[in-house]
Amino acid sequence: MSVPAALKRISDTIWELPVSYKQGMLVPARIFATDKLIQEMDAGVFEQVSNVATLPGIQRYAYCMPDGHWGYGFPIGGVAAMDPGTGVISPGGIGFDINCGMRLVLTNLTADQVLPKLHQIVDRLFARIPTGVGCHGFVKLKPDDFRSVVQQGSRWCLKQGFATQDDLLMTEEGGCFPGADASSISDKAVERGYNQLGTLGSGNHYCEIQVAKPENIWDAEKAKAFGLTVPNQVVIMFHCGSRGFGHQVATDYLKLFLSVMARKYGIKIVDRELACAPFHSPEGQAYFSAMKCAVNMAFANRQVILHRIREVFSDLFHASPDDLGMRMVYDVAHNTAKLERHQANGSQKELLIHRKGSTRAFGPGAPGLPECYDKTGQPVIIGGSMETGSYLLAGMSSGADAFFSTAHGSGRTMSRHEAKKSFRGDKLQRDMEARGIYVRTDSFGGLAEEAGDAYKNIDEVVEATELAGLSKRVARLVPIGNIKG
Amino acid sequence: MPYEYRGDIAHADIAFNAWAETLEELFQDAARATMQVMVENLSAVRPTRTVDLQLDQENEEMLLFDFLNELIFYKDAQRLLLLPAQLAVSKTEAGYALKGTLQGEEIDVARHNMNTDVKAVTMLRYSLARVPEGWRATVVLDV
Repeated sequence: MSVPAALKRISDTIWELPVSYKQGMLVPARIFATDKLIQEMDAGVFEQVSNVATLPGIQRYAYCMPDGHWGYGFPIGGVAAMDPGTGVISPGGIGFDINCGMRLVLTNLTADQVLPKLHQIVDRLFARIPTGVGCHGFVKLKPDDFRSVVQQGSRWCLKQGFATQDDLLMTEEGGCFPGADASSISDKAVERGYNQLGTLGSGNHYCEIQVAKPENIWDAEKAKAFGLTVPNQVVIMFHCGSRGFGHQVATDYLKLFLSVMARKYGIKIVDRELACAPFHSPEGQAYFSAMKCAVNMAFANRQVILHRIREVFSDLFHASPDDLGMRMVYDVAHNTAKLERHQANGSQKELLIHRKGSTRAFGPGAPGLPECYDKTGQPVIIGGSMETGSYLLAGMSSGADAFFSTAHGSGRTMSRHEAKKSFRGDKLQRDMEARGIYVRTDSFGGLAEEAGDAYKNIDEVVEATELAGLSKRVARLVPIGNIKG
Repeated sequence: MPYEYRGDIAHADIAFNAWAETLEELFQDAARATMQVMVENLSAVRPTRTVDLQLDQENEEMLLFDFLNELIFYKDAQRLLLLPAQLAVSKTEAGYALKGTLQGEEIDVARHNMNTDVKAVTMLRYSLARVPEGWRATVVLDV
């Protein structure tokens, strides 16, 4: 039992640590969770979300989403809005895997059509999308080409024939954060990343074939608007980020911020992983630009992978991606900081929103959404564990308090170390196949770490986001095939 | 084994403690602990490639941070699995220097049992300190 005695219940799904909980807290910390989820949260969540509340310039509350768990700096699931004029930017509020995110792609195929070819599809995806530790991609680039990729994101992919205009429309920020300047990234970051465009990576990164069963459609109208129109429709969901490039950008600036934070700006922090700099300082602006480069690399990475997925389906079903209805539902980013306009103290204000392991979830009518989602709200893609399933949800107008943010996954309850001791990857693979989920992986150890029982119950997490008014359930998607790094 | 993984100080990440009599030994142990997260059978990594290494930092703690990050860098940039072959840490006017060589080979999934990618060394609970027996480090890796 790690719940602090000071934790106050505000509503059925909102819990608060007051500013008196820890010295230096500037705002209270709020956690969205049901009774059950709050009891399951590890001690790190309470420690870290209250640490976030001490950061200069933080507005309203330091938040943690229902899938929150122990991270570094911010908890995973942490959200904080900073006043850009007086506040800081912190790589620890974004994460090393900058713009790790989810993409959901439709097909017009049904499970009956896909199941006879499932092994072929999964095997071909596994062969064609590089996975695992240190994998290099199939797009061969020179370092200078890579600098163009990170400045242009999905727009670069469009020029190279890896994307359609519609893909860009269905990607957060059109697949390119403006203001990404490659002069803010190190040669080392480029050297580490230029060979990795079009790679999935490892850990919790995956590409999954899923089915939208009729009994799992929660909101038929929104499901239809999102493109789920056929019973037992097959969709493809994948999760990956900015690979070694983003990790190096974060490491470079973590070190820079540690060296200037106290000496130059007199900022004291309670955890070195919360290293930060004033947003408008030269260092803060350089990191913001470098982070945008990594955001764009991740958009381009997912776009190039989508191109490969389309090729595989096209080959195996002898039809064009258009004929197979392979349209994107949406692409959402997890680990970012963005300037957004939100309501604060009675007026609209520009705020720097840090989301770490959290998804932006704009409600209906929000500026920046494609017209087709104006009435539904933004599609939100929440990936569960590979054994249990995932969800498609929609942003809600009631999400304004949390700066239109919601959960990003199930959230771990068991450490990787413990999971590896508790499960065997090869047995898990066989068990999953017996249950109708065909998995390919480079690493049985890595597979064991991702066992469903190492995660919170995804159904409870998404229910909590809906009860808290953050995102509404549209459809539950069950896996039938998976490639894992 | 002069290092141990800990499930109690990180959930989504991998934490380890390492300890040794000398700083060089501790760097060796921390390198093995980091690489073992990615490769289960480290003994299968052949020393066919050699990379020279020279790092300077203001203190020993950040020198270890940079050193572990070099191993992670080569894994991505050149697909090299490297371990230290020779290391020497010395005091300099500006702080501390590490000079040495790393040895290993390119990832070969047919022979190397690959596990989980290490993305970065985090500052969470990060420490390197002198203890009566020598040196002790706590490291949390983002995976």
